[in-house]
Amino acid sequence: MHPYPFSYHRPTSIDDALAMLGQFGDTGKLLAGGHSLLPVMKLRLAQPEHLIDITGLSDLSGIRLEGDVISIGALTTHHQLELDAILATSAGLLPEIAHVVGDQQVRNRGTFGGALAHADPAADYPAGVLALDAEIVARGPNGERTIPIDDFFVGFLTTALEPDELLTTIRVPALAANTGCRYEKLQNPASGYAIVGVAAVVTLTADGRVSAVRVGVTGAGDMAYRAQAVEDALIGATPTLDSVKTAAESAVDGIDLLSDIHAPAEYRARVTKNLVRRAVLKAVERACA
Amino acid sequence: MTETVSIKTTINGAERSAEVEPRSLLVHFLRDSFGLTGTHIGCETGQCGACTVQLNGEAVKSCMVLAAQADGQNVSTIEGVAPKGTLHPMQQAFWEEHGLQCGYCTPGVIMSSLALLEQNPDPSEEDIRHALEGNICRCTGYHNIVIAVRDAAVRMARGDEPASIR
Repeated sequence: MHPYPFSYHRPTSIDDALAMLGQFGDTGKLLAGGHSLLPVMKLRLAQPEHLIDITGLSDLSGIRLEGDVISIGALTTHHQLELDAILATSAGLLPEIAHVVGDQQVRNRGTFGGALAHADPAADYPAGVLALDAEIVARGPNGERTIPIDDFFVGFLTTALEPDELLTTIRVPALAANTGCRYEKLQNPASGYAIVGVAAVVTLTADGRVSAVRVGVTGAGDMAYRAQAVEDALIGATPTLDSVKTAAESAVDGIDLLSDIHAPAEYRARVTKNLVRRAVLKAVERACA
Repeated sequence: MTETVSIKTTINGAERSAEVEPRSLLVHFLRDSFGLTGTHIGCETGQCGACTVQLNGEAVKSCMVLAAQADGQNVSTIEGVAPKGTLHPMQQAFWEEHGLQCGYCTPGVIMSSLALLEQNPDPSEEDIRHALEGNICRCTGYHNIVIAVRDAAVRMARGDEPASIR
């Protein structure tokens, strides 16, 4: 099964890649790991005339700790995230998520930046980057800009990236003291994607109250979102089994739930609430540890 | 579009070059340009893992990588794991532990398993199942595959060499 014919380009720098993006306009696509793009090209759901292969751009790889921010290059693979020592100590949520992305071959090839730019509504990372309050760094013809994660996902397979921009870096704040995190996922056994995935990051005060909490949800709606009603219910309170369960009841408030053969909307709602409860409770437990 | 890309790559230790269409997939490049048909085509949609080879030592599905993306890289296929007429300890373990039935998925499973043991020479059952999530067997299940990989880990740890097929 071949994709439709295209021209293949291998830029030697980020500027070179941006020039090609500008030149090819709607007919060009960036190629990184290719594990989302090549399947849709084989199915003729996308037929770009020009593929711009950025996998050789070493500026886009690597994970660095810069003060209390972790800077992750867009081409970092899921496998690299899964095993990274900096992330393990400073943002353990990401390795936990990377561990359950796709399968080993996908983790070896697929990239963090590619997954975020593709913005599949059932992908795992969107929940995690929302919960971690990440920032997206993009470069375009007018230079670099930073997009807060709350503004990044704007719809089904759609992000705030402009067509002529390249996602270069993901910035994640290192977790504060007394902070716990957790990713809970109900996995589609065939595709490995999340039917629903929930990421929670919880910070506790010395006397056990919630001083900060962010809950990201993927798979439930047509784009990942923050369960803000859940966060509002938890903030300032001492989390208990009952209070977290009650807060989790608001997990799908205002969300137009997806409904398909794997999970009708009603079931998705139940799963989302249950996973929110589990993820928050586990994050609280880890914050105490 | 008659455009081609010229590719130079190392396959099983030998330098190889070819001109291919940009849309050629690595699996077709291996099978059609070099007759390396031990790498099987299963689903061609990235689901089944039958076409798994190693790219720079990492397991990848060769139907999900463009041939052009293998330019300048190191590719290993099932043909390269042991000299002709011999079985690698991993293959020996699959034979002795009945780790296959029809054998269609086996080259892919073995390339994934070898990549695992390279990174983790003493994997647990959970490690093995995690590493083989992307390799689907439709004959029988994974019980004997897991046993075979564990057995291969023992054989390789004690330094078994490829042995003649008996």
